Amino acid sequence: MNSAILTVEKLSKQFFLHEQQAAIPSCAEVDLQVFPKELTAIVGPTGCGKSSVLKCIYRTYLPGAGRILYQNEAGHTTDLAQASDHRVLELRLRDIGFVTQFLHCLPRKPALDVVSEPLLLRGENRETARDAAADLLRLLNVPERLWQVPPATFSGGEKQRINLARGLISQPRLLLLDEPTASLDPDTSERVIDLLTTIKAKGVGMLAVFHHPELVRRLADRVVELIPQKTLCHE
Amino acid sequence: MNPSYELPRDEAGYSFGFLDEYAKREVRRAILKAICIPGYQTPYASREMPMGRGFGTGGLQLTLSLIGRGECLKVIDQGADDSVNAVNLRQFIELTCPGVDTTEHTGEATLIQSRHRIPEQPLNSAQVLVLQVPYPDPLVVVEASEAKRKIMHGEGDYSRLLTKLYEDIVRFAEITISHRYPTRINGHYVLDPSPIPRFDIAKLDHSPALILFGAGREKKIYAVPPHTRAEPLVFDDIPFRAEDFNDAQGQRRACQRCGASDSFLDEFSSANGTATFQCSDSDYCNQRVAAGNGVSCEVTS
Amino acid sequence: MRKVLQVSNLGKIHGNGCPRCVASTGPDVGSNICPHCQSVVANAAISFDLHAGEILGIMGESGSGKSTIVKMLFFDEDPSLGEAIFYDNGHQWNLFSLNAAQQRRLRNHRFGIVYQNPHLGLNFNFSAGGNIAERLLMSDLTHYGQIRERARDLLTRTEVGSERMDESPKKFSGGMQQRVQIAKALSTSPPVLFLDEVTTGLDLSVQARILDLILEIQQELGTAMIAVTHDLGVIRLLADRTIVMKNGRIIEAGLTDQILEDPQHAYTQQLVASAL
Repeated sequence: MNSAILTVEKLSKQFFLHEQQAAIPSCAEVDLQVFPKELTAIVGPTGCGKSSVLKCIYRTYLPGAGRILYQNEAGHTTDLAQASDHRVLELRLRDIGFVTQFLHCLPRKPALDVVSEPLLLRGENRETARDAAADLLRLLNVPERLWQVPPATFSGGEKQRINLARGLISQPRLLLLDEPTASLDPDTSERVIDLLTTIKAKGVGMLAVFHHPELVRRLADRVVELIPQKTLCHE
Repeated sequence: MNPSYELPRDEAGYSFGFLDEYAKREVRRAILKAICIPGYQTPYASREMPMGRGFGTGGLQLTLSLIGRGECLKVIDQGADDSVNAVNLRQFIELTCPGVDTTEHTGEATLIQSRHRIPEQPLNSAQVLVLQVPYPDPLVVVEASEAKRKIMHGEGDYSRLLTKLYEDIVRFAEITISHRYPTRINGHYVLDPSPIPRFDIAKLDHSPALILFGAGREKKIYAVPPHTRAEPLVFDDIPFRAEDFNDAQGQRRACQRCGASDSFLDEFSSANGTATFQCSDSDYCNQRVAAGNGVSCEVTS
Repeated sequence: MRKVLQVSNLGKIHGNGCPRCVASTGPDVGSNICPHCQSVVANAAISFDLHAGEILGIMGESGSGKSTIVKMLFFDEDPSLGEAIFYDNGHQWNLFSLNAAQQRRLRNHRFGIVYQNPHLGLNFNFSAGGNIAERLLMSDLTHYGQIRERARDLLTRTEVGSERMDESPKKFSGGMQQRVQIAKALSTSPPVLFLDEVTTGLDLSVQARILDLILEIQQELGTAMIAVTHDLGVIRLLADRTIVMKNGRIIEAGLTDQILEDPQHAYTQQLVASAL
């Protein structure tokens, strides 16, 4: 059996809001594993910290306690909860991809360039990167007339597809997905599901939060259930 | 100056050379320092001279500090021995330096004080040339603060001066500086060679004679020691150009008096309005005429 | 990733200074004026590193001492405390123990800066091309034709347009002046570029285009940059990592998305919460 590329042990996160002098718990004691060629789905009621787990792994949130062990291609393990900022940036560039529900990008950049950017940052030349981006956009059913337009003006579904393409283009080893089909029409959702199945088969390990149980049933190889935390208030 | 003027009897105790010995010594020390650091503007305590600043007081102080009995002095202004400024200075030196000879011949002089020109006849290692300087610092056009200019000189940073030349080429397709062309001495300091024309810059380079510069108002002395590199500031791909005195047909103009076609020429308008050219160096011209050169001997006065 | 700059315990004190200056100032006290000697501690205990090709954001309000950091690194100001090491092609330069000529060399060849105020970075008596020429001349390129060609390329690249090369930047708009500054800073292809509030005071649309340009440059040339700004939007778009400053100290440092989405310090939380 393959060894896990990601092992999360007793991960906890709470926010402390100085203004309100309040601690807001997000997730606690989360244990999970992600294997190559598998998708681990995180399920649970709203507010139980599903997205927070993904963000802690990606270091968008600072993990509070616990270990996040990532094993790279050479078999070397890094604790993402402790790794230096530079190490995390390096992994984001090559190993770990994150597809969120929201898209932050430059206001003036055409969609094609937004999607190809991760490859440029890795040192690919512009033409190769644009070709790869075009392939993905075609696959995701993004109309070609939108490619040269900045995504700021796109609909929710279009933006989401741009975001997916951007996350997938760099072919990460570990892919974090936060409701990747939330605002897609059924037809496009099917395409996304096909695409995820394909890249999963190629060896990518995935950790996902889905809004629809149907997706969990169709895509997940493992399921982790989170329980909601009580809000603890200080003072 | 009134040629019959004599020093008042009770003041006949004036030192040889007007300046007292301590003043001369101070100037000489500055000269030595200037020679040691080629192109460096050495500050000195410029004295009040009995003539207005701007009339060559800097050069005069150098001359008076250097001259001794048995020396032979030549004073020129714009190449001529007989212009008012040259005559004045020569008479003052004759009056205050008894026993000093004066001459109009470049070859005979041991010490030459000049304004705006370097003589055409090549100088030799036994001669010293003193140039009068109005503005010693070439950086003054690009940097107002003297403190900053000193740092730039110290670091040999003349990029801004070159930028000025760049702008000149952009605007006028050539470098428009006609005189006071910034010149780098011995690979480091860039100096203002006093208002000599570009034509004379080449004479600074590896000159066998010591060349001293004195700025009376600005209180600076600097030097191009004998056999020292002097290179005009230029771009690699745009060679330095001296005045060529070519006419519209590309023909080198000649002095209409002595026929010389290798000298710096002054332009005159003749009575009928046409331009004529004549050597700026009067001694050079006279010598050539005396040697039988010359097209015609009609000199328009 | 290759480290290009390592800053340790850097600090600047205006005034006589006393042994208690650093301990008596900072965000805990809420002031950067030493109560014992009245010296102003512009910043102190500043430590960070910069890797090749990354953009580090330094964020903080006016007077937090952020601009002073880049001014010290660019040798515009002398530091009172600390050191900085620049790693360049196998060489290590201890920036503040170099002599003036060495510092000038690094400044002219290896570092570039873009100031908020174009008057600091440009000489308005020279044309746009002349400003680039000046920097190239400082770095010992004295070939007129090559200087012209390089200036033309850079001004085209920064969208000033080569046809405006011989105009004075005096006549340019604020955004154009910043572009000329960027072209000038880039003329020697420096591995490190300092950006001091480059978009402050510009129209929003102009700001976005300048930020675009900076990112394109980073991606194409791999230039490492330190971007000083009080604008969260600039930080969000430009910086990979961010340092947050208050009263002359670093109060928080981390990945930019983490600083913006999960700020730890009370001041940063307040800053992020009040952003438009």
